[in-house]
Amino acid sequence: MAMFGNLSDKLNHIFSKLTKRGKLTELEIRQAMREVRVALLEADVSFLVAKRFIDALSEKAVGSEIMESLTPGQQVIKLVNQELIALMGNTASKIDFGVAPPVIIMMCGLQGAGKTTMCGKLGAMLKSQGKKVLLVAGDIYRPAAINQLQVVGKQAGVEVFERGTQKVVKTVNEALALAKKQSFDVVVIDTAGRLHINDELMNELLDIKKLAKPNEILLTVDSMTGQDAVTVAEKFNQKLDITGVVLTKLDGDTRGGVALSIKAAVGKPIKFCGVGEKLGDIEQFHPERMASRILGMGDVLTLIEKAQASVDEKEMARLEKSFRENSFTLDDFLAQFDNIKKMGNINDLVNMIPGMKGKIGQLDIDEDDIKRNKAIIQSMTKRERLNPDIIKASHKKRIATGSGTSIQEVNALLKQFYGSKELMKQFASGKKKGKFPPGMFG
Amino acid sequence: MGIFSKIGNAFKKTKAAIDNKIVAIFSGGELDDEFYEELEMVLLSSDVGAATTDIIIEKLRARASKQKLRNEDDVKQALRDIMAEILSESEPPVDEYPLVIMVVGVNGVGKTTTIGKLAKYYTNLGKSVLLVAADTFRAAASDQLSGWATRAGVRIVKHAEGADPASVVYDGLQSARAKGNDVVIIDTAGRLHNKVNLMEELKKVNRVAEKELNGASYQKLIVLDATTGQNAISQVEYFDDAIGLTGLVLTKLDGTAKGGVVLAVVSENSIPIKFIGTGEGLDDLELFNAKEFAEAII
Repeated sequence: MAMFGNLSDKLNHIFSKLTKRGKLTELEIRQAMREVRVALLEADVSFLVAKRFIDALSEKAVGSEIMESLTPGQQVIKLVNQELIALMGNTASKIDFGVAPPVIIMMCGLQGAGKTTMCGKLGAMLKSQGKKVLLVAGDIYRPAAINQLQVVGKQAGVEVFERGTQKVVKTVNEALALAKKQSFDVVVIDTAGRLHINDELMNELLDIKKLAKPNEILLTVDSMTGQDAVTVAEKFNQKLDITGVVLTKLDGDTRGGVALSIKAAVGKPIKFCGVGEKLGDIEQFHPERMASRILGMGDVLTLIEKAQASVDEKEMARLEKSFRENSFTLDDFLAQFDNIKKMGNINDLVNMIPGMKGKIGQLDIDEDDIKRNKAIIQSMTKRERLNPDIIKASHKKRIATGSGTSIQEVNALLKQFYGSKELMKQFASGKKKGKFPPGMFG
Repeated sequence: MGIFSKIGNAFKKTKAAIDNKIVAIFSGGELDDEFYEELEMVLLSSDVGAATTDIIIEKLRARASKQKLRNEDDVKQALRDIMAEILSESEPPVDEYPLVIMVVGVNGVGKTTTIGKLAKYYTNLGKSVLLVAADTFRAAASDQLSGWATRAGVRIVKHAEGADPASVVYDGLQSARAKGNDVVIIDTAGRLHNKVNLMEELKKVNRVAEKELNGASYQKLIVLDATTGQNAISQVEYFDDAIGLTGLVLTKLDGTAKGGVVLAVVSENSIPIKFIGTGEGLDDLELFNAKEFAEAII
């Protein structure tokens, strides 16, 4: 990796200097701003957007606000965060269903951005909201693209309309007629990936637009895109006057500067994000969360929301009590596994915790492990679960047979359990405080 | 159209952009701090990345102190030399047959399309090629590969969707041995490099391939999308850690993408570039040449 792990490290580095020095001169602020600019570029924020961002920031920073402040570092971080949110738009944006059905959504973007997958995800999401959805196979160029849409449509449980490789406009026309006749609520048109400089194919999109008059034209953008993202977004927007952007592959470790660039460059809202390989892995875009992510402050809000939605509060309180009283048993351990499963991929969650990003190597818990560990605990007697110290070799053999595992695996689980218990003891006694963010563990 | 003009064509826009900027920032025949600062921004805005930009600028400073760079042509030539040096620090292995190539990368970079082009490339060299459809995850991926196999006129081994990719690889390599194919190209599912389980699966596929090589040489190529920003460095790092890469293929150089990130990738990861993809046609694949590449950029 480069000199700094991520943008937040870099900003922290800059601002730790600021904090130590107290009041700042105009020159010092200008130097700090230059470093912020480089850091933004390193996070894939567009060159021009970064410049604009810095100009706006400098104007505010050089004013009296900061000069008279006692903790300039904190204020600058706050300011950077505020400006990031302002640039990315202040509110989460949704699809408007306040029009006569069917609502028509047209997808577009470069090759490999994730359009077809996103069609499936949108279909599944809208279906779960009670809408009758029709997906239209408009990618007649890529080999097997129609097949792919049919497969994701089937997975999403929504209908797919295709007419093979006949002219796309004709297919769309027939699809719309069918949608009206059979009262579909939503029509999602998949289109072939194309380069923004390919006039012929860009004109094809314009033809589809003229015919279908879509309520939404969503540009799908890979969140790992570099400096070129702005050019791409500008070209698509000039041609089609898009209504919004969909960011894909945000479950990767990209710093996501592209979110800032695109919003700033074309002024269109980012409406949805793809966050995983499964059809349910779609989220609304939240600028404040994205700002935190770009700054490396962790997606704490999403984490909290996810945890609240999937973990019973009483259950949490009980677990917390047993942490504190150090009466953590294998039953509690079992309950933890269930909670983890409900919350989704453990590594995704860990990534959302500030300071934990990139440390996932230490926390490889996969679903099969969880399943196996649950089976082992469930093969124990009540007494053994409450007091694992009584588990002797002969017990282990029985437990291994009962759970279809080996004695080594039983041992490994017990070792993991004692390790967790020890860790919790340290939390409870506050020894490990400071290593974890305050408030994360009650 | 020669190789050079083809690459040159792909880079036309980048070249023009950097060109203009160099002319604009080079004033009065003196490389002052302002010049270096502007050059830094030019490189950063071409996806070259902060660390590699520092390296390039340091090298240019060193060169400028030794010899007088009088005009923008001198500066451009110096930059070209520096970039070519960085890009040729490591060379990809020479092809030896029988050859097994596994193609990996994150989702949507153009792995399957690249494999279609590779099939054509090796067929043109007179080799008999077999494609192995080990992307059993993405909907219709093996159909897509079949499409390419037909276009390139080569044989394909595939299983049903959702099958164990390792077993497809096993069957593919057995079949290649039985039929005496010279080149086996394995398509794998796109995966984000930070997904631990998916990377473990890839390691398993790699282990199976290694066991079934029967003396064939083995190359592991990562496909990078030229529009990717600094995340490409992370992608290469993770895939290299998992299976040990022998080279990379840079795709989608036919847009306005600058592909500058390969400078960062090569300088930070020392993985050589083997091929570049310059278009959507079956023949739009070229062996990488550092000097031509640098000349095309600056």
